[in-house]
Amino acid sequence: MNAMTQTSSRFQQGLTRLLQSRVADILSYPHGVDRYLEVFNPLWSVNEVRAKVEAVRYLTEDSVTLTLRPNHNWEGFTPGQFVQLSVTINGKRQTRCYSPANSLHRADGCIELTAKVHANGFVSRHLREQLSVGDVVLLSQADGEFALPEQRPEQVLLISGGSGITPVMSMLRTLCDEGFSGPITFLHYANSAADMIYASELDEIARAHDNVTLVRCFNDEGEQGELSGLFSREHLYIAAPEFAQATTFLCGPPPMMAAVEKVWEEDGLAERLHKEQFTLAAPQIESDSAEGEVRFVQSEKMAINNGATLLEQAESAGLTPESGCRMGICHACTCRKTAGEVRDIRTGEITSGEEDIQICVSVPVGTVTLDI
Amino acid sequence: MSIFSNLSAEQFETIGQELDAIRNREMADLGEEDANYIRTLIKRQRRLEVAGRGLLMAGFLPPAWLAGVACLSASKILDNMEIGHNVMHGQYDWMGDPAINSKVFDWDNTCTNTAWKQTHNFEHHTFTNVLDKDHDIGYGILRMSEDQEWEPRFLFNPILAGILATFFQHFVAVQSLKLEDYLIYKTKTKEEVKAEFKPTWKKMRKQLVKDYLLFPALAGPFAPFVFAGNMAANVARNLWSSQVIYNGHFPEEVEQFPESVIENETRGQWYVRQLLGSANFEGGRLMHVMSGNLSFQIEHHLFPDLPAHRYARIAPEVRAICEKHGLPYNTGSFVKQSLSVWKRIFKLSLPSKTEGGSKNGPLNGLRAKVVSLTREPESETRKAA
Ligand code: FES
Repeated sequence: MNAMTQTSSRFQQGLTRLLQSRVADILSYPHGVDRYLEVFNPLWSVNEVRAKVEAVRYLTEDSVTLTLRPNHNWEGFTPGQFVQLSVTINGKRQTRCYSPANSLHRADGCIELTAKVHANGFVSRHLREQLSVGDVVLLSQADGEFALPEQRPEQVLLISGGSGITPVMSMLRTLCDEGFSGPITFLHYANSAADMIYASELDEIARAHDNVTLVRCFNDEGEQGELSGLFSREHLYIAAPEFAQATTFLCGPPPMMAAVEKVWEEDGLAERLHKEQFTLAAPQIESDSAEGEVRFVQSEKMAINNGATLLEQAESAGLTPESGCRMGICHACTCRKTAGEVRDIRTGEITSGEEDIQICVSVPVGTVTLDI
Repeated sequence: MSIFSNLSAEQFETIGQELDAIRNREMADLGEEDANYIRTLIKRQRRLEVAGRGLLMAGFLPPAWLAGVACLSASKILDNMEIGHNVMHGQYDWMGDPAINSKVFDWDNTCTNTAWKQTHNFEHHTFTNVLDKDHDIGYGILRMSEDQEWEPRFLFNPILAGILATFFQHFVAVQSLKLEDYLIYKTKTKEEVKAEFKPTWKKMRKQLVKDYLLFPALAGPFAPFVFAGNMAANVARNLWSSQVIYNGHFPEEVEQFPESVIENETRGQWYVRQLLGSANFEGGRLMHVMSGNLSFQIEHHLFPDLPAHRYARIAPEVRAICEKHGLPYNTGSFVKQSLSVWKRIFKLSLPSKTEGGSKNGPLNGLRAKVVSLTREPESETRKAA
């Protein structure tokens, strides 16, 4: 209802309360108030978070940075958390998770999302190529455990790789805006300098803040970073020798995350490491586990287990189960398994029997029955 | 002899393949165009509704009252026919938008989403025109088939049909209760009916409170005008939608089937049964939209989950397939089909003259044959009554 901001906020509050009342509910029954409001302005809603695209920027060749102005249903976020962004592509709603990269103290009330465009990144490509200023997108409220604690730590180490930079960027910007004086080390892994999102802004921040140490590490040979190659214990000793004392936030591709986790585990520091997994490793299927069949009870369909995730197997069987992030975060795909064993591809954990599972991160071990 | 019994297994197979090809092609083509179509239509319907309810607030002025009733009737018809009916068929589930998803969508009608999906999507669309299986044949009130035993109450067939049409939304709402089993055949207890009625009553109550209490109350002293306007709009919607639906299955030439046809029915046979059991009516674009494209009832029954605005496009192909295989394609003007329906309603209010109904309809030869094979001997005497 941002379009109404000129009117007094008391009027707006009263109106909102009226629209949320039981009377409004029955008058608009069965569709609900939102279904009428959106006819007049796509941003008007009493329940849903919708946001207007205020700016679209291209910081690197293969990324897109969106500035979004959410309507008044937006409840804010904690640096590190993610939101689900939905856009309609060829008539179909697509939802993906992104972390706001902006500071908590951004003055204009907008949030900034950056998406890296992968070769077959259907949604990210749409965001880069099709989305323009003035478009309206759908957002969820912010969610996720990976977040800067309210009691700010004394010493912070931020480690990121590729597009995993966004949640830690938000942490860095927020801490700087707050005048945080403890040491912050920002260790980032990218293929090349040209590939690094927020490169120039990070430079500026590091120059302006004595307590911020920026360490860039590029994989491609011949690139001028402070370090090069893949993450190693040596990198850590050079970039953040006092890493044991710091509270560490980690986000990046799975192999990098695994390498970092290993060091923290070896040193008995696992508790001080906070992590957010952004992309999933391709599931390692041993040939003997991809047998049996997947049965979809409600739709009376069946598929021969091919070792892919249950969500993918359901989709190739012609079903369209709800899904969102497709990486185990949003729980949109949760459904009831009535029989069989599944392995969680994130943890490798095998569970059996009747339970609710997230089908986008579960692969069947033998025959599995789903209630969809 | 019905065409149904004349077709060979290969012909059924070919027809099935030809229709499947249309279905696959259309389904693969779903996209932006369909999304825009339904969204635009929903927008128009919501605007009409807001306008209609607004105008009725000034309903003490006769032109405003009439315009209000017109807008609200049109809005309710669009909401039920082209939007609700089609969305709840899952035609737009692929869009991934919860606001137009068959699982959660609800319409401005007293029938609940759940009950309707049971009686309509499942029972009516699976057992189309199969006697004793498709409850839409007569809605438990009317005698709509020669093979249905005549009872004295059917003398009132035309009057009952009129009542059914006037209060159509409420009859559809309680259709899943199969009230005739309690009231007439005594095979159901009052307690069972009560328990099943609960969710429906919850919805009915909200609809009634909205149209007959809250909106009139908003108009203050002009409450009676709003009350009457809402009632007029509800009745207009009921009369129109019931006629559209009668026209889809009850014109005289449309066939009905004995239960035996659905045993081991192949895909091709299923398609042919849908073809023979449905009828279209002709009209302009507005007629199609206002009937929820059920003017293409044949296409709808072949492809119930294909977005209905595509039926007009594929209808010539379906018709050509019918012609090629010598199948009837039942169509005519709205008036012609309506007259045919009412003729049947009047005729069936009296006991059938001939045994087994050998007089009317192309299926009767087959029907008599199958019926005599599958029914208990006593049912023969019952029909002769
Ligand atoms: S789709 Fe988000 S958790 Fe599975």
